Amino acid sequence: MRKALIPVLTVVAALVVIWYVAAVALNSAWAYNKAGRANIELTFSDLVKDTLSQEKPRLPAPHQVGIEIWKTTVEKKITSKRSLVYHGWITLSSTLLGFAIGTSMGILLAVGIVHNRAMDMSVMPWAIASQTIPILAIAPMIIVVLNSIGIQGLLPKAIISAYLSFFPVVVGMVKGLRSPDRMELDLLKTYNATRSETFWKLRLPSSMPYLFASLKIGIAASLVGAIVGELPTGAVQGLGARLLAGSYYGQTIQIWSALLSAAVLAALLVAIINLLQQVTLKRMGMA
Amino acid sequence: MTAQSVISASNLSLTFETADGPVHALKDINLEINKGEFVSFIGPSGCGKTTFLRVAADLEHPTAGQITVNGMSPEEARKRRAYGYVFQAAGLYPWRTIGKNIRLPLEIMGVSKSEQAERVKRVLKLVDLQDFEKKFPWQLSGGMQQRASIARALAFDADILLMDEPFGALDEIVRDHLNEQLLDLWKETQKTICFVTHSIPEAVYLSTKIVVMSPRPGRVSDVIDSTLPRERPLDIRESPEFIAIAHRVREGLRAGHSYD
Repeated sequence: MRKALIPVLTVVAALVVIWYVAAVALNSAWAYNKAGRANIELTFSDLVKDTLSQEKPRLPAPHQVGIEIWKTTVEKKITSKRSLVYHGWITLSSTLLGFAIGTSMGILLAVGIVHNRAMDMSVMPWAIASQTIPILAIAPMIIVVLNSIGIQGLLPKAIISAYLSFFPVVVGMVKGLRSPDRMELDLLKTYNATRSETFWKLRLPSSMPYLFASLKIGIAASLVGAIVGELPTGAVQGLGARLLAGSYYGQTIQIWSALLSAAVLAALLVAIINLLQQVTLKRMGMA
Repeated sequence: MTAQSVISASNLSLTFETADGPVHALKDINLEINKGEFVSFIGPSGCGKTTFLRVAADLEHPTAGQITVNGMSPEEARKRRAYGYVFQAAGLYPWRTIGKNIRLPLEIMGVSKSEQAERVKRVLKLVDLQDFEKKFPWQLSGGMQQRASIARALAFDADILLMDEPFGALDEIVRDHLNEQLLDLWKETQKTICFVTHSIPEAVYLSTKIVVMSPRPGRVSDVIDSTLPRERPLDIRESPEFIAIAHRVREGLRAGHSYD
């Protein structure tokens, strides 16, 4: 992990530089427009100063986004409705619940597919089909239907998160549970082991590397699901809601601060799972 | 003392139906293996030696003929854990230590924890791996992993040991060591051992009986009762008796068109 730090920071630095250049480029039209109406000639340094400090820029500069994030996290009370920490927590709680549901469902389906021929032949096509339907179309339907039967708030969003995160887990676990080769299975046959013993002693441990790979994809998908779930009903809470509110009122800096927070949150979650993976696989002698 | 038959095959045949037509892996095999013998199966690839072992272990099913293990069907024998099987690769689970790998069959067979610990110590001593109980398989060399695999097959006191080219992937020097150790083990445990190999010196050195097989269809070319004494230092491999038996094995292989 430590070895990756310098390359990652280098890439981040490069991206920030590109971002600044893009900010100047994209905001320059407005700057020239304003200067033209006031009949002022803009020098290059004036242009740069202006484009990097507009109130409603096309592309906010990194420091503008940074200041906004600072103002809405550190300088606001956590209980305030404007705090990014509060909104972040709403999104995170839905993400985590949806991830837990999706992962358990995914593992159960995978176990069924590997052990039951009927499930093997019937479940996979449906699972794949379920992922081809655009989530932006399904999410409002799920929320409205669940609201109408009285389920509101956290659960509908968690269900959307689970919907997106169960699929990588199913695919990864089926591959993982089927990964032992014929010789390893024959060995257990010579011990007259039951299918349950084969599962707990061979298939499940063999599938750990595959499981962690799927979990990393799953948690990112789960976060996307939570944010998508916050968009449709004009929701007022969560990072997705902040994003939507920003776009309604043309507050591009607010949009970008929510966006960046979501990205950082996703990176943190994947990093935590990666850490879990290293620790677990090392203890299992498989890392 | 009359010899007690442990594995008995009569007119045993196994034909695989493949896309290219039937493959006669075994055809009319008649064989008697008695208690306490060390029987080697030798032949080129495709002669059915591994297939015969797998049929005895109930990992394949014959298409004709009869085979009994300890007087029962192979399936019965497998369910009663009558044999230990050693594969070509060690097949140790990487997430278990050597000790826990050896416990695997004992866990499945419901042996008590204290007895498990005692058995693990005993078989590790037999294969000279006492200090490696807490190590992981990746920390051991190929030869040591194969020894651990043999220890695992010995852990539950089956009377029969079925070994499928266990030393095939190892170099000559390690193989010599392991051959010596295997003979010592055999002397100490008095098991019946069926050993598949494609090395003529190994077959002649280890066995009391050599079954020479040939391919297409898989059949027994010759059964040689070894005249070598039970006590075999490694340099017996240069004695005229040894060379005579090896010559007879080669004749058997040639007669079965193995060199064509």
